[in-house]
Amino acid sequence: MTGPRRQARALPDSEEPEVAGPTGSNPAQKRKGRALDTFTAAGAAQLGGPEWLQQRRARAFADFEVLPLPSEKEELWRYTPIDELELGGYRPAAGPAGDPIAELMADAFLNDLSEELGERSALVVVRNGAPVSFVRTGLPEPVSLGGLAIASGETILGSVVGDGDSLVRLNDAFVPDAVVVDVPPGVLVEEPIVIVHWCDGEVAGAEGAPASFPRTVVRVGRDAQASVVEVVAGAPGSVRALVLPVTELIVEDAGVLSYVSLQVLGTGAWHLARLSGQAGRDARLRVFTVGLGGAYDRSRTDCVLLGQGGSSELRSAYLGTRDQIHDIRTLQDHAAPQTTSSLLCKGAVAGTSRSVYSGLIRVRNGAVRTEAMQTNHNLVLDERAHADSVPNLEIEENDVRCSHASTVGPVDEDQLYYLESRGVPPERAEELIVLGFFDDIIDRSPIGSVAGRLRREVRIRLAEALGIGADANG
Amino acid sequence: MNEPESRRHLLKVTGLRAAAGGKEIIHGVDFEVHGGEVHVVMGPNGSGKSTLAHALMGRPGTTVTAGSVTLDGVELLELASWQRARAGLFLALQQPIEVPGVGLEAVMAEALDRPGDDRARGDDLGDRLRAEAAAIGFDERFLHRALNVDLSGGERKRNEMVQLGVLRPPFCVLDEIDSGLDVDALGAVARRLEQATRQWGLGVLAVTHFHRLLVELRADVVHVLVAGHIVATGGPELAEELEHTGYGAYAAS
Repeated sequence: MTGPRRQARALPDSEEPEVAGPTGSNPAQKRKGRALDTFTAAGAAQLGGPEWLQQRRARAFADFEVLPLPSEKEELWRYTPIDELELGGYRPAAGPAGDPIAELMADAFLNDLSEELGERSALVVVRNGAPVSFVRTGLPEPVSLGGLAIASGETILGSVVGDGDSLVRLNDAFVPDAVVVDVPPGVLVEEPIVIVHWCDGEVAGAEGAPASFPRTVVRVGRDAQASVVEVVAGAPGSVRALVLPVTELIVEDAGVLSYVSLQVLGTGAWHLARLSGQAGRDARLRVFTVGLGGAYDRSRTDCVLLGQGGSSELRSAYLGTRDQIHDIRTLQDHAAPQTTSSLLCKGAVAGTSRSVYSGLIRVRNGAVRTEAMQTNHNLVLDERAHADSVPNLEIEENDVRCSHASTVGPVDEDQLYYLESRGVPPERAEELIVLGFFDDIIDRSPIGSVAGRLRREVRIRLAEALGIGADANG
Repeated sequence: MNEPESRRHLLKVTGLRAAAGGKEIIHGVDFEVHGGEVHVVMGPNGSGKSTLAHALMGRPGTTVTAGSVTLDGVELLELASWQRARAGLFLALQQPIEVPGVGLEAVMAEALDRPGDDRARGDDLGDRLRAEAAAIGFDERFLHRALNVDLSGGERKRNEMVQLGVLRPPFCVLDEIDSGLDVDALGAVARRLEQATRQWGLGVLAVTHFHRLLVELRADVVHVLVAGHIVATGGPELAEELEHTGYGAYAAS
C-alpha cells in the first residue's frame, strides 16, 4: 500500500510572523513589550557559567527580543490558549535558591518518588532548571553526567532543536544550566537515569510568578544503550508557574534510547515542553510522554530519523480534568530510507477540560521504503469536555507505507454493556474501561519500572474526575 | 443459589415483545426454561434470535414493549443489565468484544463483589480462573491478557465459558455461540455446558442459526423462531426435521 500523496504544511517553528508596526499597537506586541520588562538582557547575564554559555544566552536573548510570540493564528498553535500567555506576569525563577517552603515540598515529593521508581543508575535533582545534585548509583564510569561544564556540553547543546521559536530562544536565554547525559559508544546503561525537576510556584506577596527553563540533553553513542526518566513536578494546587522545558535526545548509529517524561505540575502551571530527538542508522528512539498536571500542558515532540534503518516509537498519554487544556504535537520525520516510526497517543478529557492532538508524518524525498503509523484515541468523559484530533501526512516519496487513525468519543457502549452483562455495575464498568484505556498504553512504556508510578498518578486523577473513591490499588 | 437441589430455578418468558431500531422484532413469545435443561432456539437469519437474547439481558437499543421475564419470580425487565446478571442471568455474546487494558480477573472480581459472596477473594479467584480455563481448554496465559484482546473467535468463546464457570449463574443465554467456531471448540463449549447443567443445575438457552450446534449439544427442548414468533416447540427430533425441510414450511405464516 502506498500512502496518499497529500499536500500539507511543513512544521516550521513560526509561520505568519506578525508584522511589526512602529508603535506596537497590536495586543501581541503589547504582550511582547511587557515580557521584555521582566525578561531582560541583564537578567540573562546574571546567570553565570562558562563564557561560551553566557555568550550563547546573550545571542538567544537578542533573538527573543525580535521574534514574535507564538500566536493562535498559526496552525502549530491552533486550538490553544497561547494568546493568553502574559509573559510579563512571570519572572525568571530564582534557580536552586528558591522559596524554602517549596524546597520542603520538593524533598517530600522526591522521597515519595524515590521509593516508587525502584532501581536506577543515577538520580539528578533539578530545582527551577538548575541542577542541585547528581548522584550516581551504578552508572557505568565512562558515562558523563553533569551540567553544561562537562566536556561535550558546548557541542551538543542545541544541536537537535536548533534555534527554535521564541519560546525555545527564551529557554536558551534563561537556562541556568542543563542536565547533560553522554553515553559513549558501546556502553550499556542497565537501569534508568532519573531526572526530577521541581519548579516553584508563585509565592504570595512576590512580584510575578516564577518561570523555569529546564534543559536536558542526552546523547547515546554508537551501539550504546540507555534509558532516562524525567519527572516535572511543582507546587500542588492552583499557584501560578510557567515551565518551559527543552529536551534534546540524540541516538547515534545502532544505539538505543528509551525515554519517559511525566508531568505532574500543579493546576495553576503552564507547561510548554519541547522535545526534539534524532536517530542515526539502525538506531532506536523510544519516547513516552505523560501529561497530567498544569492548567495548560503542551507537549511538542519532534523525532527525525536521519540514518537508514532508524526507528522511533512515540507514545503519549494525557488526562484532562477540571478545566485543563492538553495540547500534543508530534512530528515523525523520515529523512532516510527504510526508516520506521510508530506513534500511539491516548488521552481522556473529563470535566470541562479539552485536548488537541495534532501530528504530522513527514516522509522526505529519498526516504524510500519508509513505514510510519500514527494512532490517536480520545475518550470524552463529560459532555462539557472536548477533544480535537488532527492527523496529517506530508509524503514526498512513493514507495512508503503510512497509516493514520484517530477516534474521539465517549466510553464505548458495547464495552460497557459487555461488562454489565457480567454483573459489573455501570459506574464500576466505566471506571474499569477508562483505567484499562490508560493501562493499555502504560503497559507499553519503554521503561517498565515507571509503570507503577504512572498508573498511580493516572488513578488518583481519574478518581477525582469520575467522582469515585481513590482506590489506587490493583 | 443456596436453594436445595429439589427446587430447580425457573426462567419464565411471557408475552415478550421487543423492538430494535424502532421496529418490533419479537412479536410475543412464551417459554419456560428450568434449571438443568438445555433449550435451543433455532431460526433463520432475521428471525429475531439475537434481539430475543439481548431483550433478556437488556442491551441498550433493544426495547421491550410488552411481556414479562422472571427468574425465580423476580421480574428481570425492571432491572438494569448488571442487576439481571446478578439476579442469575448470563449472556454469552456472539462476538465477545475487546476491552483494552482490562483484565479478566479484575472484571470477575467486580462481578463477584457483592455482599455475602467470598468468591472474589484474591487467591481463590485466581484458582477458579485457572480451573475453569483448564476445563474448557483456554490457554492459561490468556487469563492475564486484556479481555479478548488478540484472541481468536474460538478463544473468545472459550473465554465466555471461563467466565460462566467462575460466576456460576442459574441461567445462561448463548447468542450464536457456534458462529465462527471450529468443530473442536464447539464440541468443547457444548461439553462444558452439559457438564454445567449437572454441576450446578445450569439452565441453557442457546439461540442459533445452525443445526450443527445440536450435533454437539444435547438439547432437551427445541424452539423454532420465525419472524418473531415461536412457531414450533418440540424435542431434538424437531431440529432433525428442520435440517431436512428447512424453515420454508413456517415462513409462509
